[in-house]
Amino acid sequence: MSLNAMLGLGQTALELALFNSLTVLALFLSYSMLNVCDLSTDGCYALGAAVGAVVAISGHPWLSIPAAMGAGMLSGLVTAVLQTRMGVNSLLAGIIVNTGLYSVNIAVMHGSSLLNMNKTVTVFTLAEDFLWDTPLGAYYALIIGGVVVALVIVFLAFFLRTRLGLAIRATGDNPDMVRSSSINPVFTTTVGLCISNAFTALSGCLISQNQRSVTVDIGSGMVTVALASLLIGGVFLGRRSIPVRAVGAVLGAFVFRLVYTIALRFSLPAFMLKLVSSLIVVIAISGPYLRRQAPLVKRRLQARFGKVGAREC
Amino acid sequence: MLKIERVSKTFNPGTADARKALDNLSLHVKKGDFISIIGANGAGKSTLFNAVCGSFFVDEGRILLDGADVTMTPEHRRAKDIGRLFQDPMRGSAPGMSIEENLVLAAGRGGWLSMAGRKERQAFRERLALLGMGLEDRMKQPVGLLSGGQRQALTLMMATLSNPKLLLLDEHTAALDPGTAEKVLELTTKIVSENSLTCLMITHNMQSALELGSRTIMMDRGRIVFDTMGEERARLTVEDLLEKFREASGKKLDNDRMLLT
Repeated sequence: MSLNAMLGLGQTALELALFNSLTVLALFLSYSMLNVCDLSTDGCYALGAAVGAVVAISGHPWLSIPAAMGAGMLSGLVTAVLQTRMGVNSLLAGIIVNTGLYSVNIAVMHGSSLLNMNKTVTVFTLAEDFLWDTPLGAYYALIIGGVVVALVIVFLAFFLRTRLGLAIRATGDNPDMVRSSSINPVFTTTVGLCISNAFTALSGCLISQNQRSVTVDIGSGMVTVALASLLIGGVFLGRRSIPVRAVGAVLGAFVFRLVYTIALRFSLPAFMLKLVSSLIVVIAISGPYLRRQAPLVKRRLQARFGKVGAREC
Repeated sequence: MLKIERVSKTFNPGTADARKALDNLSLHVKKGDFISIIGANGAGKSTLFNAVCGSFFVDEGRILLDGADVTMTPEHRRAKDIGRLFQDPMRGSAPGMSIEENLVLAAGRGGWLSMAGRKERQAFRERLALLGMGLEDRMKQPVGLLSGGQRQALTLMMATLSNPKLLLLDEHTAALDPGTAEKVLELTTKIVSENSLTCLMITHNMQSALELGSRTIMMDRGRIVFDTMGEERARLTVEDLLEKFREASGKKLDNDRMLLT
């Protein structure tokens, strides 16, 4: 493979990692801060892609971004209301919304499960036109991704220091304490899920506009991929301040994409991506648990089979 | 200040496990009162606190706080006026957040999108220094690193930061070692008297029930069976209290923990 092709591959991987890292940041807010595992992520990602595409196709490339984020917020609101006001288990609420969104997404795409944006003016084509005779011309997607990710990190860094942000963090840490600080955990959960889903939808919107097409299953498995990235990021920059951890989440998305791209080079078929991400999540979550359990297992085995040589004593 | 009028609460009504935890209970607390509450396990002491805080809504009766009917007010709204400490030191603070962040939340000042300024942080430092535990130099550290006693002292400070109308202490020193328990109790009386707080304290320590505060009530099976203050209370001994319990409930106080302390 030529150097140029390799660089091209690296650039594509970098772009994908940047756009997907927005979903990782969304999970950073919902999973790491709010302690809610939001299983509506897949559907919300596709919702953002669908809404963004439809709005862009109708001739409003700039409007597509806030429209996608607004749709994501609405989806987060439904998930939050189900689990805080209507007695639905938090995991189940996500799954229900995810299932419902499948129909919603096809309806948004006017009954089709595939939309093409080959001739559509999107934020990417606008940026491409704007930059085409500058040295940055080839990097328009990277620039958009980088700017958006930086904005989201800065937003999170500030937001999580405000009183509302602190209350959201405390809701995941000790809801009793939130209540005794005269703050309603229902409110903080709702706000947290709305914001995180807005980022998930933004992520899907940018990905689809960059690849110029949407399919209804564009988000399938996204929650596991993003969770894997989040946990990888935690390995590098886990126990630090909030902004550093947010950067770590993005770094995790890069590492995940890097490992995956290298694996592809060594002829791992592309369809293995989701199995690999599942394995990473399992290892990241069970690894520390199994390590804690190891001494106990050893003692139980010793108790059952006796220590080697112990019987002679 | 606090008026509890004929309040009842039954758990698991209509089942074999139905249990009347509060039975037509009335209690009037005057401003500045410091009341100690004693009683065997399951007498309804914590249930009484839960009813006052709004952890559940009572089946019958009314609860008035400072003249306002709060019977149906949700828990987080009542929390503005009520500070509460639990036996478990872990319950009152968020372990993954720093001391400072916990205090910002507890202080409850400013709008949703406001951040703590330097002035506010300085005020926290000064109040933390009053605890005498060196916490003022560890404000950026996560609360999870503190010992049980330190966490309970911090919770005490958090609960009284916004000058609540009422402070509820639910055996808040019982999980601490004796030395630390004494220190936290000392802090409690200091903070309560300095801010002239109205305070209810559940305790299993009969001696401190009689020593601390201005009034002692004894509960049994969801009712108040004995209520004493003033001179009568000043003359009471722990033995008298045990005798009162036998009289009131018709049985011996079957609580080892209470007899031993």
